[in-house]
Amino acid sequence: MSDMSLDQVTENYYDVLKEIGNIGAGNAMTALSQMLQCKVDMKVPQVRLLEFAEVGDMMGGEEQIMVGVFLGVEGDITGSMMFMVEEESARHLIQKITMGMLPAGGEFEEMGLSAMKEVGNIITGAYLNSLSTLTNLKIFPTPPALTVDMAGAILSVPAIQFGIFGDKILLIQSQFYDEIQLDGYFILIPDLESYAKILTALGLPVV
Amino acid sequence: MSEMIKVGMADLKTCVSPDSVITLGLGSCVGIAIRDPLTKIGGLAHIMLPDSTAMINGCQNIAKFADTGITELVRQMEKLGASRFRMVAKIAGGATMFAFEGNSSTVGQVGNRNVEASKAKLKELKIPLLAQDTGANYGRTVVFYPETGEFHIRAVGKSESII
Repeated sequence: MSDMSLDQVTENYYDVLKEIGNIGAGNAMTALSQMLQCKVDMKVPQVRLLEFAEVGDMMGGEEQIMVGVFLGVEGDITGSMMFMVEEESARHLIQKITMGMLPAGGEFEEMGLSAMKEVGNIITGAYLNSLSTLTNLKIFPTPPALTVDMAGAILSVPAIQFGIFGDKILLIQSQFYDEIQLDGYFILIPDLESYAKILTALGLPVV
Repeated sequence: MSEMIKVGMADLKTCVSPDSVITLGLGSCVGIAIRDPLTKIGGLAHIMLPDSTAMINGCQNIAKFADTGITELVRQMEKLGASRFRMVAKIAGGATMFAFEGNSSTVGQVGNRNVEASKAKLKELKIPLLAQDTGANYGRTVVFYPETGEFHIRAVGKSESII
């Protein structure tokens, strides 16, 4: 297994990862919908395997301000996971969740960030839950950390994790609609050994 | 007309004054700017990881690592006519983007390790480090002008600084 790279994973198991992404993002949106007490529609998520240099461009440029929620993954598999939304989408979510108590403009306040962290926690939790159900592996998220910064800077964190064993990054873009369109991105970053575990658990031969 | 040449993540580029080099949204990665003040040849490397020798799969992209990336940048600058003995460097980046309580995992430490590895490589190549803006918990966009050696640093909610 030690010579496995993400390129090989892609060739053989792209569809599997895509399916996991679809189901995970679907579950995440259901959880979000329950949290917001309203209907949330979503498009079929796009699973993309990108060169490091391309990642920033697809999110509206490396300097696009985004909110990133990052957490560790423990249990039968290890790694980390990230959820990112555009600043504007995050503001909308915060306003919705605090039932308009916080203004939509201006600086992110402590309470808003805390609410956003909770959103991230719930939807990544739902995402990981579906992965756990599919694979029958125990998967636990660690408490999340949040940052508001440039897309490129936030993405450097998962990119570096991917960089340890490849030259590409796998991300899932899920567009969802509430009253306005929200763009969210999921990035699941299993450690190298965990890829094999996920594939084995799904009954697939390991590369 | 001067041009601003863009350097991506895990990428490196050289330029000659009046052109400049820019990289957007450095997080835990480190931007290493090197310049030969006489020929005004400059370059910028955007590295992601400290050490190519610790890698599992060898390395396909040498610009990804501090050690191989800096070596390659210097080589390309020399090819353009710069002299290693005149080269000076400035670095920025290496932030810890997410703070975890009591967590000293690879995720939390990689920014610092990138900074340390970059400095070590520069020292090995005997290229003096003139200034640095590293660490902390925010992303940086950096522009390097080989004409003056100015390294401009922008961050969200902060005014531009020049080192």
